[in-house]
Parts: sequence; C-alpha cells; structure tokens
Amino acid sequence: MFGFLKKKDGATPPGAKPGWAERLKDGLSRTRAQLGGQLASLFRRTRIDSDLLEELEATLLQADVGVEATGFLLDELKVAVRRDKLETPAQLQVALVKALEDLLAPLEQPLDVSAHKPFIIMIAGVNGAGKTTSIGKLARHFQAQGKSVLLAAGDTFRAAAREQLQAWGEKNGVVVIAQESGDPAAVVFDAIHAAKARGIDVVLADTAGRLPTQLHLMEEIAKVKRVIRKAEPSGPHEVILVLDANIGQNTLGQVKAFDKAIGVTGLIVTKLDGTAKGGVIAAIARQQPIPLRFIGVGEGIDDLQPFSAHEFVAALFEGT
Amino acid sequence: MLDNLTQRLAKVVKTLRGQARLTEDNITEMLREVRMALLEADVALPVIKELIARVKEKAVGQEVIASLTPGQALVGVVHRELTELMGGGNVGLNLATQPPAVILMSGLQGAGKTTTTAKLGKWLRERQKKKVLVVSCDVYRPAAIEQLKTVALQAGIDFFPSSAEQLPKDIAAAALDYARKHYYDVLFVDTAGRLSIDSAMMAEIKELHVVLNPIESLFVVDAMQGQDAVNTAKAFNEALPLTGIVLTKLDGDARGGAALSVRHVTGKPLKFAGIGEKLSGLEEFHPERMASRILGMGDILGLVEDAQRGVDQDKAQAFAQKVKSGKGFDLNDFKEQIGQMRKMGGLSSMLEKLPAQFAQAAQQAGGAVEDKSIRRIEGIINSMTPQERAKPEILKASRKRRIASGAGVQVQEVNRLLNQFEQTQKMMKQFSKGGMQKLMRGMKGMMPGMR
Ligand SMILES: Nc1nc2c(ncn2[C@@H]2O[C@H](COP(=O)(O)OP(=O)(O)OP(=O)(O)O)[C@@H](O)[C@H]2O)c(=O)[nH]1
Ligand SMILES: Nc1nc2c(ncn2[C@@H]2O[C@H](COP(=O)(O)OP(=O)(O)O)[C@@H](O)[C@H]2O)c(=O)[nH]1
Ligand SMILES: [Mg+2]
Ligand SMILES: [Mg+2]
Repeated sequence: MFGFLKKKDGATPPGAKPGWAERLKDGLSRTRAQLGGQLASLFRRTRIDSDLLEELEATLLQADVGVEATGFLLDELKVAVRRDKLETPAQLQVALVKALEDLLAPLEQPLDVSAHKPFIIMIAGVNGAGKTTSIGKLARHFQAQGKSVLLAAGDTFRAAAREQLQAWGEKNGVVVIAQESGDPAAVVFDAIHAAKARGIDVVLADTAGRLPTQLHLMEEIAKVKRVIRKAEPSGPHEVILVLDANIGQNTLGQVKAFDKAIGVTGLIVTKLDGTAKGGVIAAIARQQPIPLRFIGVGEGIDDLQPFSAHEFVAALFEGT
Repeated sequence: MLDNLTQRLAKVVKTLRGQARLTEDNITEMLREVRMALLEADVALPVIKELIARVKEKAVGQEVIASLTPGQALVGVVHRELTELMGGGNVGLNLATQPPAVILMSGLQGAGKTTTTAKLGKWLRERQKKKVLVVSCDVYRPAAIEQLKTVALQAGIDFFPSSAEQLPKDIAAAALDYARKHYYDVLFVDTAGRLSIDSAMMAEIKELHVVLNPIESLFVVDAMQGQDAVNTAKAFNEALPLTGIVLTKLDGDARGGAALSVRHVTGKPLKFAGIGEKLSGLEEFHPERMASRILGMGDILGLVEDAQRGVDQDKAQAFAQKVKSGKGFDLNDFKEQIGQMRKMGGLSSMLEKLPAQFAQAAQQAGGAVEDKSIRRIEGIINSMTPQERAKPEILKASRKRRIASGAGVQVQEVNRLLNQFEQTQKMMKQFSKGGMQKLMRGMKGMMPGMR
C-alpha cells in the first residue's frame, strides 16, 4: 500500500535486472520517499491535535483508502489516544501502524496449490487490470516451487490476447492450450483435460477483461466456472480476481460483482510499483475481506510477491 | 441511487426549510456531503478542496428559487461548476497541419491506448474520410504490436509493421517517413504503457515526441482511476506537451472523478470518451453528462420539471408506487407509461435527462425505443381485451393472431412487444429491488452483441 515497492529510478536497463532482494529494497526506498515521507513529516509535529488528525485523514484519503475505511482508522486512533493516553505523534504513529496491520492481517493467507492435482486457478478482472501478465508471473512462481504448469488461453475476445499469453508461455517454457473457437469455456475445458493427461500440477486459466456492468459477460464467466466444474468436479480450486492499484473506489464494486458471479477466493493487486498507493486494500479488508494472495510490482516475470501485511505496513513507515 | 447527492443533501437540509438564501452558515454541512460524494467518485482531494472553495463562493447569497429545496439549489451550483471545470463545450481533434497530422498516444499500462487508437482511426476514416495510418511503438508488452495490427484491420485503417527488436524512435521515424511518402492524412503512434515515475520510459516518450512533433498528443486515462490520477497526469503533462485527454471505460459504473482531476491538473481538454471495448465504442466527451455522472445523478431537476408539466400527478404517483412494489406492472401500465413518455416530449428527450450511463445504454438499445414505434405499440395494446392487458400470460397463438390483425401488424410484432414488456417488467422489479444501478445493468444485459 501507499507506493509500496517502487523501482528506484524507473526501468531497469536491459540485461542488468536487479535481483529480488534488491528490487524489494528499491521499493522500500521509494516508499520512504513517497507516503512514508509525508507521514514522517506529519509525525514530526510536536503534539497530537486536530490539524494532525486532519492531515492524516487527507493522507489516507489520497491513498484511495476511501471514506469508510479512513473513518474507521481514524476512529481506532482516537480510541487509542484516549485509552492509552497517547501524547506524542510518535506514539500515534505506533498506534496507526498497529491499526493498519490489524486491519490487513486477515488478508494475508498464502496460496497453497498442493491440495489438488491439477490445481485449477481461474483468473478474472476488468479490462487491462493485469490478468495475463500476472499469469505469466504466477507460472514462474509455481515452477520455482517445482510444480509443472499449463496455461489456458481463455481470453477469446481481445485482439491478440492469445498471442500475448503464448508469449508468456514461451518465456516460461510451459504449454499453452488455445483454440480458434470463440468459446472461453471450451478452451478451459480442453486445458483441464490436457493437464490431467499430462500429469500437470497447476492450471492457470486466463479470461477476457470485463466490466461488471456487462451482465452477459458476467454470465459468460460464471459459465466458464461451471464448465470447469464439469471437467473437474472439485475445481476450480482458486478463483483469483486481479485488481489494478490505480483504480479507485470502483475496486470495491468489482470485488462485490465478481464475487457474486464466480465466488472469488483470492486477490492480486497489480501495478504497485507506480505512484498509486493501493490503499483500497484497506477498504477491501473492511468491507469485503478476501485473501490477498500476491501483489504485482512490475512488468517483469519476477515482479510478483506474496502479500505480507507486516512488510507492507512496515515499508510504509520505514525511516519515519 | 442510494448515494445520490441530492438525496444525501436532503438529509442535512431539514434545518434549512424556509430559508430563502444559501449562507455561509447553512451550507457548511451540505458542503461536507458534497466533499464526501466527490471523494466517493474518486475526485482527487486537492481538486475537491479547490472546487468546494469555488462552490462556496458562488453559492453563498444565492436565492433559493421557490420550487427547489436548498439542497437542489446547491447541487445546481456544484453541477454548473463541474461542467465548467471540465471544459464547457466539446473540442474535437486538431488536424490543421501539413499532412500527415501526427497523433501521439500515451498513458499508464492497460489504460486503453491501443483500443482508442483504432477507435479514433475508424472515426476519422468514417466521418472525415481521412486516410489513416497507425504504428505501434510498444516493443515491451508481449503481442502488443499484433494487437494493434488486428484492431487496425477491424477499423479498416492501414497498419505500419514494426517489431519488438526495433527501437521505438526508429519505428516512429520510419512510420512518419512512410506516411509522408504515401500521402496519409493522419498517423497515429501507439506507445507502451508507462509509469510516470519510470524515468527511462518517460525519457523515451519525450524523445518520440521530438522525433514526431505531433499536432495532437493525447493522454489516455481509465475512468476508474483513483486519487493518483492527479500525480500521473501532472507528470505526463510535464514530460509532454499534451493537447487533449481521452477517458476510457465509461461503459463501467465508475463515477469517473478522474476526469475532473486530470482536467484540473493538466488544463487540457477532455476530447473523447471510450464507452465500450468494440471499435464503435467511442463518443465525443460531454462535460455536462460527466458532471451528472460524477455526482451520481441524471438531470433530475430537468426531469422533475418536465414531469410536472406533462404528467398527471396522481397517475404518476400510482405508477411510482407500482414500480416500488415491483408487483402488478401489466400491459395497461406499459401503455400508460408509453403515453406519458409521449407527453413528456418523447423518449429521446427524456433519455437525455437520465443519468449518463443509463441514457447511453438506453440509446444503444436502438430500435426498441424509437419514438415512432411508440404509436405502433399503443395500437397493439389497444387491440387487446382488458383481461389480456391485465394478464399477458394468457396470450397464446390464437389471441395473438387476433390482436395482430386488429392492429394491422404481423404476429412477430406482437411477440416483440410482449418481449419488450417482459423485459420492462423485469427491469421494474430490479428497479424496486436495487435501484438505478441494477436497472442500468439490466438494460445493458438486454442489448444483443454489446460488450
Ligand atoms: N507497472 C506494472 N505494469 C503491469 C503490472 N501488471 C501488469 N502490468 C501491465 O498492465 C498492462 C495490462 O496488463 P495485461 O496483463 O495485458 O492485463 P489484462 O488484465 O490481461 O488485460 P486485458 O486482457 O486487455 O483485459 C500491460 O501493459 C502490463 O504490462 C504491474 O504489476 N506493474
Ligand atoms: N469496457 C471497455 N474496455 C475498454 C475500453 N477501452 C479499452 N478497453 C479494454 O481495456 C483493455 C486494455 O486496453 P488496451 O487498448 O490494450 O490498453 P493499453 O495497454 O493502454 O494499450 C483491453 O481489454 C481493451 O479491450 C472501453 O472504453 N471500455
Ligand atoms: Mg489479458
Ligand atoms: Mg497497448
């Protein structure tokens, strides 16, 4: 959240990709420079007064935390101030860290794919959220755990969506099941059978981006899920909704609508390497808590990290 | 709509009854509601602060006209300010240069640049008979070039090939050269999505700008974007001399506060709006409609006025009751409703006053709601017995044939009407259950082939 894990100075020069640990550190420093810095100056004030609370409110609102969750966090803080007789802004900071961590902790539930074989993961989200890219990264992630992976090109609508997924398949050296047909359910059905025949561990099914206002498309994706169940009665074993950190309060509506249509079991929040703070995660934790499995921190194949509430909030306050 | 600003204000204005003017004192609480509504619409906080200051200045001292509540009066002021901020009239594309007129597209990842490129190309080809060439400088995202190639073909415009092994600036130069030699009127240059803090990528697009010297430099923004829209837009505007903004994905249900944020920090006109994934999903930007949308309302005041002029109040009330209960909406009501619509100046004028999202959906419903078909519908219903109107489910083949010959139409038309009625009935139910949002979605779902 709040400008987590940014690259230090933009794109990495080709061939000089820093390692995971380095990127993480880069990210943290970016965070310090962003909201961390803003909060730091807030907490350097000498006393807790209404100005300080107001600025804190503004900071949370500008991070897309939203009216409701911001109100909640501020109320928590006010209670803490009275109950624990907080006097200094530094103490207030500790209280805010705790309130945020408490709020986000329930979202931290890593995804375990060992319970089924193949473990079928369905990916959904609005247009341009980062579904296909996240599949590319997930394939790498699971392969690094020694799992075999197969991709299903279930976006049969967008121009060159199949080619895009095939490119990710090549990068990962994994099979991509695609069809000429325009029926996403049929592609996914095929892919599950192929995975069973080949003894694959994880199936990742891409789908076309859709807005929840498009009822027929929400119906279409519900059908994809039903067909998965036909191919494998225990599946899908995970239904991931991909959310773009740049999107504001509409994110909540997306979570609700997709959950209603296909029963979302996990989230990925992408593009947290940008200046968008992703504070909407706090709103999700308040209003529609669903495990946040991973965060996306770049366009590269390794730019995916399991979500950790502690790291997330710590990164936010580091150096303050 | 639940969060409709007018309704929200209604809650806090009880104390204002009988006051003839908006004053500093009596609007403070209302302005807090306005702020809240704008935050929920994703308008950036710094922009809200300025807007509220302006609204306050304009509103204080305003007389509250008899027919309006103070809340409505304030909403009026806010609406006017928003409309003005987003640019008054509409500004088209500027192509007045030695051809080819180069148009550079920029924006965040997934904003809709490639799709918009093809939409605009199609628009210029069809409406202005322009000879259009497009080229992709997106050498990063897998299959990005392939995507542009496909949509260019769909749009009936020419595609200049490029490959991921090339440098963007070389691609741009080659395409420009080709466009000149082959007398293209317009060259669109699609680019990779980039983050404003990615300095290498921002340097790259600046360089593209130098190579191309575009007459239009369009910043593509997702209507769902949140608070960060101000930071992103500011950075792009500083890196590039932007000439306009395109707002995408307005077919969703985001309030679209980003439109205001982006317009405010860049000062550049909002030129087009993307309203669908298909290449026909593009329209000129309407500041007024956008203002209504951000506030979560249609031109409700206008609608209310029309209603008062043209509609029998008692009937309207009884109808509203039926809609609310979701029960008992029969063909008599259907006909009644259609008659009322005619009195109110026809469907098309009414549509204009509905919340923008809804109106768009309704317009796209096309033939089903055309004014001239209204009379035919009335004719068919008139040929039914009272019992049939109250219980449409008894209409089997023989009755339908009788009705059709009575109204002088084909049986299919009777069936179509019954279909429409059923859809309307369903929508009425949804309306009573979930309000405008659901009604709107319901309408969209009805439309064949719409994405
Ligand atoms: N900076 C950044 N960009 C990302 C991230 N994830 C995805 N992207 C970019 O966002 C854009 C859209 O990503 P896609 O994976 O094509 O998104 P999608 O949801 O599959 O899109 P559609 O299928 O078109 O709806 C691409 O340009 C990606 O490179 C991320 O974590 N950070
Ligand atoms: N619903 C809807 N989808 C859109 C609109 N414009 C673009 N898209 C979709 O958004 C996604 C990203 O668009 P694209 O043009 O690839 O974005 P780019 O990465 O900025 O080039 C694709 O799935 C498009 O089909 C729009 O106005 N409405
Ligand atoms: Mg995709
Ligand atoms: Mg593109």
